[in-house]
Formats: sequence, C-alpha cells, structure tokens
Amino acid sequence: MAKITGAEALIKALEHEGVDVVFGVPGGAILPAYDPLYDSPIRHILARHEQGGGHMACGYAIATGRVGVTIATSGPGATNLITPLLDAYMDSVPVVAITGQVPTSAIGNDAFQEAHTWGISMPVTKHNYLVTKVDDIPDVIREAFHIAATGRPGPVLVDIPKDVLNAELEWHSPGNLNLPGYKPNLEGHPKQVKAAVNMILEAERPVLYVGGGVIKAGAHEELLQFAELTNAPVTTTLMARGAFPDDHPLALGMPGMHGVYAAITAIQKCDVLVSLGARFDDRVTGDPTTFAPHARVIHVDVDPAEIGKVRDPEIPIVGDARRVLRQLISAAERLLGDEAPPSRAEWLTTIRSWQSEHPLRYEQKDDGMLKQQYVIEKLHEMTGGDAIVVSGVGQHQMWASQYWKFSKPNTWINSGGLGTMGFALPAAIGAKAGMPDHMVVCIDGDGCFQMTMQELITASVEKVPIKVFVMNNGNHGMVRQWQRLFYNERFSASHLGQDNPDYVRLAESMGCVGLRVETLEDVEPTLEKALAISDKPVVVEVRVDPDEMVFPMVPAGGSNDDVILGPEGLR
Amino acid sequence: MTVHLISVLVEDKPGVLARVSSMFARRGFNIHSLAVGPAGEEGMSRMTVVVDGPEMEQIVKQLRKMINTVKVTELAPGDAIEREVMLVRVNADPRIRKEIVDAAEIFKAKAVDTGATSLLFEVTGTPDKLADFLELMRPYGIIDLVKSGRVALPKHAKGRNLRAV
Repeated sequence: MAKITGAEALIKALEHEGVDVVFGVPGGAILPAYDPLYDSPIRHILARHEQGGGHMACGYAIATGRVGVTIATSGPGATNLITPLLDAYMDSVPVVAITGQVPTSAIGNDAFQEAHTWGISMPVTKHNYLVTKVDDIPDVIREAFHIAATGRPGPVLVDIPKDVLNAELEWHSPGNLNLPGYKPNLEGHPKQVKAAVNMILEAERPVLYVGGGVIKAGAHEELLQFAELTNAPVTTTLMARGAFPDDHPLALGMPGMHGVYAAITAIQKCDVLVSLGARFDDRVTGDPTTFAPHARVIHVDVDPAEIGKVRDPEIPIVGDARRVLRQLISAAERLLGDEAPPSRAEWLTTIRSWQSEHPLRYEQKDDGMLKQQYVIEKLHEMTGGDAIVVSGVGQHQMWASQYWKFSKPNTWINSGGLGTMGFALPAAIGAKAGMPDHMVVCIDGDGCFQMTMQELITASVEKVPIKVFVMNNGNHGMVRQWQRLFYNERFSASHLGQDNPDYVRLAESMGCVGLRVETLEDVEPTLEKALAISDKPVVVEVRVDPDEMVFPMVPAGGSNDDVILGPEGLR
Repeated sequence: MTVHLISVLVEDKPGVLARVSSMFARRGFNIHSLAVGPAGEEGMSRMTVVVDGPEMEQIVKQLRKMINTVKVTELAPGDAIEREVMLVRVNADPRIRKEIVDAAEIFKAKAVDTGATSLLFEVTGTPDKLADFLELMRPYGIIDLVKSGRVALPKHAKGRNLRAV
C-alpha cells in the first residue's frame, strides 16, 4: 500500500469524520497540513485571527450539533485558541482543535513559534493530545472526535509537530477506540428514575430547571412530552433557551440574575426542583444557600461531577438527558395508568399571577432614544422568529435572551459560562457556514463587536451572509450599569464613544453592507432593508440609549428572593 | 487534619501525572503526598494520593472524569495497607553511634550510609511508624530527610474493604 504523509492522514481522518468545513489560520508548523487540505472537499474558512476561528468552530457546533473543527499553527496560533477553547469547555461545546507544533527535535528548545501547547491547553480542554508518532494520527483523530462529542461534550486539542506531519505512514482506518477510562454513563438508574417520578407526581409545586444539557442531548421533544405529562412548569437557563417553546403555557422563561420574575420566584417557592442538564451556576442561584430553599432536588446530569458540586440532591441521576427523560416518561406513564396527570391548578394559577403582575417591561418613547429591547422585539417580529440568534456578552445578550421568543433548540448561540466578549461575530459566521439555508442574526454590543470585528472581512470574503446588529450605546453597557448601581456612578473606563468607529464605513470597507438606525421611525424600514439582503453580510448600527439598564436583576451573590424589578426598585 | 487516601489506576501515558496534578491545582484541592509507579496491569500506573480537605466526593469525581483514569478508589483508613519509605540522615558522633544504631534497630531501620559524624537510615513502614522513628532520632539532630510519599492497596478481597464514593 502506498504511503502517505501524516498531514495527508490528518486530512483524510477529518474527511472520515464527515467534516465539511474547518475554520483556521495557517502558519509555519501547520503548513504541511494545509497542502493536502488544498485538494480536499473540506471547505476551509480563513479566519482573520485564531480566536475568531475557534469561536467559528463553536458557533458551527452549536448550530449544527456536529463537532466544529479549528486549525492553527504553533506558538501564537495555539495560544490565540485558548479563549475559544475555554469558552467551549465552559459551555460543553464539541470542538476539535488541530495545532501545528515545532518539530519534535526542537521541542523544549524555545524554538521559533514554540509554545507548550499541550500544557497550556490542558486546563481548558476536555482532553488533549501531543502526537509523537505518525502512525497514531488516524486513531487520535477518531478518539478526539469521540471524546468531543460524547458524554458531556467539550473541546479536544490535538497538537502535531511538523516532522510528524511530514513523516510517512501506511493509512489505516481508525481501529477500535482504546479508552479504558472513558465510559460515559448514559442510562439513568431505574430505581432513581422511579423515585424521581414519584416525587414529581406527588409534588404540589414542581419546577423543571432545564439547562444546556437538554439541548446538547437533543432532548427537547422528550422535555415537552414530560412537562405536559406531569404538568410541570419549565424554566430554561441562558444555555437552554430554545429547549422549550417560550409560547407554551408551561414556559416560565429564563431564571437567574436577569431572569424573568415568575421563573426566579417559581424556583424559590417550589417544593420539588428537577434539574435537567443544568449545573446550579452562580448566575442562576445567586447565593446558593438561599436558592430554592424549600425544594427537594432531583439532579439529572451526564457528568457525575456536577451532581452535588453546588447543591446536594435528594435524588441524583447520572445519565444523558434524553435517555433519562425517556425513562422518566415511561415510568410516569406506568405510574399514572389511566389517571389524569396532576392538574396543579393552584400552583399554575399562582405562577400566572406572577407572570401578569411582573412581566418583562421597558418603555420606548416615540421621540426618545432607541431601547435595545424594542429593537430586539421588532427583529423577532419581522423575522417571524425564524432565525438563529447569536449574541455576545453583556446587556444586549440578556435582552436578546429575554425578548427573543424561542421555539426551537440550537437557535440561540451565546457565550454563557465564560462570558467571552467578541464571541458573537465569529460564532455567527460559524453558524451560518454550518447552516447556510438559515438566517443567522448576530445581536452584538459595540464593546463586544470591537473585540473581533476584523472577522467581518472573513464573512464577506468567504461569502457568509450573516446579519449583524451592533447595539451601539457607546459604552461597556453592563459595566456602566454596575458602576451606576454599585460604584456611585463613577464610570471608570467604561466609555467607548458612539461615533468612533463609523460602523457604516467600517462595514463597507470590509465588503459588507453598512446601515445605521437612530430613530424609532427608521427601525422598521432599516431592518426590512437588512433582512432583504441575502448575498452579502450586513452590519446595522443601532444607536441605543446608553443609560438603559437590564432588569429584573438579582445583585451578584444576593438572594433570589430579592429581585430588583426595575429602576424604581433602586435606592 | 483528616487525610484521605485515594488509589488511582491510570493509563501509563506521557503527561498523565501532569494532568492529575494540574486538575488538583485548578480545582484548589490540596495534595499531601503523591506516589506513582507502574501497576500490575500492563500499560497502567498506580497513583496513591493523600489529600486533606473536606471535598473528597468532588476530588474523586473529578479524578474519575479524567479520560486517562481507569479506576479511582477511596481507601478507608484502617482498611488499607499503607507504606512509606524514608531516608533520614542523623547526627552521629562516633562516641554515641552504637546507641543510635541500637535505637534504630527497634524500628528495623537500616543504616545504609555512614559519614564521619552522621548515619543515613532507611526506614519503611506506616506513616505512624516513621513519625515515631523521627521522634526518637530528633534529639540526636536530624540533618536531612526525604519520604517517598505513601503507597497503599486495600487489605484483601476486592469489594469488601473498598469504600467507593
């Protein structure tokens, strides 16, 4: 059999995994891999910065449910990937990063563009590899994809020295996985499942606290079925928006620091809290000792280490959300027999009253500055909600999560755990590259946008027609909000200025269409224009009120019993 | 201080020790001692980690979560055979050398090296025994010492003495 190079084997292995697009930046040590990539059917999208390439792979992975792939060279190429890798790790996104490394003989010699990538990336990946033998390449790539996509998904980095890429091997299809220490438990323990169903059916005030794990497991249909079967209201965390339709009568919306009052309060008052693929993150719990104080807790997670990390559950269930929900459904059906599910009339009525007394609210004056909430609602209305929404981090992210009414999973992409400003634009490019027939709407802040805005060039050159809405309030808005609330209105270093850059000319200079909207009457026509363009990326600068604040708000570390509902709730 | 013993069977792969110690550092867990060497199984190493701190359940779960760890067992105190090796150099004036060697004899400590005014002992045993030996030697003056870190295995029949977390 003819020999091929390690680089050829790498590309072949990627093809073997069904990879259709990769996001990367070439460079010295990874050059050998770019040569066979030139002939490969795999599409390469040339990011303008490795961080962008990493976030693109992440956006691709969330939108498609498949593993995203990013490629970078050694040294700075690899270190630029650290942020997106940690981002993917925190949000459990399956990403495989391939990095070039200096030749084996140069490792440890402080060679040009050398970095100890394996060591640096260890704490930001689910697993990582330094490939030292060319024969290992096919199996390592198989393992990397397997580890990235199974159990609790996450990023895997494969570092390959240049001489290993250049060495030759006889291609062999990847053999059986040799991972004796990796066997994710997917099926819930039947006894625990039964006990959980009993507890849920007997509960007077249950709440399903749904996290990103439900979306990762593709368990949205099962969730809907189980919620309806048990008449249990559902809160969807920031990572789970879209796991349950927001227009469903049992939908409570987002809990947590900037959650909906009814969702926060339902958790505080519930007697049984069923955590499904959620991890009691501090942005949800606030002060964990006062979180859901009356609740008996059932915790379902595929990662055993999440169970009991923050809150000791009464019933722990280790398993994949989809499989466990199926088990819960059949156990509930068996238990109910011909009986009707519990009506929970009183509980649901109480929740309704919270919802009607304290809905999300803002005030858009006809002649006043634009409110982001209004623009987001308008955008939702004009797209019919039929879009993949990608956001950055901060006020606009919270408003997008609050005001976009989600109906489908994998249509909300954001940086939840790490809170990576600059995530949105490249992630949107990745999402659109993976789902070219879907509209991808990027709702970004001006602070976030300026962190990775060079990727607009990628979007136009690579013909990825996304729609970017830059909510320009001229400030790091969330920082400004905190300075207003907790630092005596001393706005230290949070001001960016609304006039620089000129976003319209910036967009045009990068091959995109640039639009600007400042007044209420311009919103609809401008959005219409933006939505009608399908052959080019569009950037719409939306000039918005810098003093608007996100509410409801539970101050960091505070109790969820003390929700500030609006500006009038401030001292 | 409550110390806990964890026996970790890991794949014998480059960097696995770095992975384990990095995880401990990242999660803020404290390692009291860590000993590692080849295990009975082909291609496997065994680590014996002594940790202190209240977060045993998390430590064990985080260890299990690592891709290269094959088996993680918490060894309950008293249910495991624990050993440690210590080398200790003691001041030994030739006039009292005999006295020191006799005292060391009680602990089955072997004099493995000798200088003009010092003796180097090798002692093996439980952590308590090593501590007692040190107490005995302290009056003479301890010049230097090194411990291997604890190694341990469960006492006998698998399952009976193991407390899985």
